[in-house]
Amino acid sequence: MSTERKNLDLLIKGIWKENPVFVQLLGMCPLLAVSNSVQNALFMGLATTFVLVNSATLVSLLRNLIPKEVRIGCYILIIATFVTITEYVMQAVSLEVYRNLGAFTSLIVVNCIILGQAESFSSKNKLLPSVFHAFGRGVGFSFAILSMGTLREVIGSGSFYGVSLFGPNYQTWTILILPSGGFFVLAVLMLLYGKLNRRAP
Amino acid sequence: MNGDSLGYIFISSLLINNFVLSYFLGICPFLGVSGKIDTALKMGIAVTFVMLLSSLAASGIHFLLVMLDALFLQLISYILVIASTVQLVEMIIKKYSEALFEALGIFLPLITTNCAILGVALFQTARAYNPVQSLVFALGAGLGFTLALLIMAGLREKLELARVPSLTEGTALILFVAGILSMGFMGFAGMGG
Repeated sequence: MSTERKNLDLLIKGIWKENPVFVQLLGMCPLLAVSNSVQNALFMGLATTFVLVNSATLVSLLRNLIPKEVRIGCYILIIATFVTITEYVMQAVSLEVYRNLGAFTSLIVVNCIILGQAESFSSKNKLLPSVFHAFGRGVGFSFAILSMGTLREVIGSGSFYGVSLFGPNYQTWTILILPSGGFFVLAVLMLLYGKLNRRAP
Repeated sequence: MNGDSLGYIFISSLLINNFVLSYFLGICPFLGVSGKIDTALKMGIAVTFVMLLSSLAASGIHFLLVMLDALFLQLISYILVIASTVQLVEMIIKKYSEALFEALGIFLPLITTNCAILGVALFQTARAYNPVQSLVFALGAGLGFTLALLIMAGLREKLELARVPSLTEGTALILFVAGILSMGFMGFAGMGG
């Protein structure tokens, strides 16, 4: 397999076959907490992908310089730096979204997808593969959180990205917007993913 | 300064705004280590301990950062303190209980990336709690985490024996149970206002 083909393969794997959410059960906290509307989900997906790709780049470039004993500390420092940048950029782009996401923008630091990427892939691989790998996982995460956001907003409040879909007489399923709805929707998506993958192994 | 009474802060973080079931913090260990009541309890205690220490440290750091006018370093310094606290706890556990160290396994270093702990530090800063309020808040949050973990572990031990459709075995089933549990905790919402 040529290198180009291999890199593309890494990217696609992260989106479906090794989806960080559905297969590896990582990054659950932001996935459940900020998927109550499409807008929140979209910004969370973008922010996470940004941090993921950038930290993977830096970790991969510095992989031979970081001593083994303090590597986790170094990775966390790198990640925290990019999260701080994201936080300030988000405040500048949209204060409304920043307020809606609340502490969860800062909490990207402890998203296990990102630390997992640094520890198990970027620290052992060259720049290009790790960027592709990170990007694929970022897209995979965004895909998961967007599907949850869409389901919860469309059914739960009858709108998509704030635009009302079914008119004023729609009876909203408020439960899906509430915390417990997050668990239910994720459970249903897990079932769906399991079903689809079982048919085509 | 925040005027909330200590009792209110404690009950609120323990039940009404339970970290796991209504804020979605600490979901990874909640799904990962809730297989057995015994392990769940020990995990809960370890997390509560780290929370208390890092809450105390975060109060101090926040004071220092305000003095130095360097608030942009907040996130970085909090996470570093948490990482070192976890390292400390890991060493203590390894010294005194080899069995517990084995049982917790990979989840011990992963306490660092437990969002509940960073969550405590960030929320107490955002709400301007003083150090005593922060400690009570951390204690409530830690016990709330332990409570959720214990309930879940108890349910899962029973579920082992239940016959469920093969497709729902594993995560999907746990998520459904967690959703129902979370609905139960919504019942506390009226308390304390």
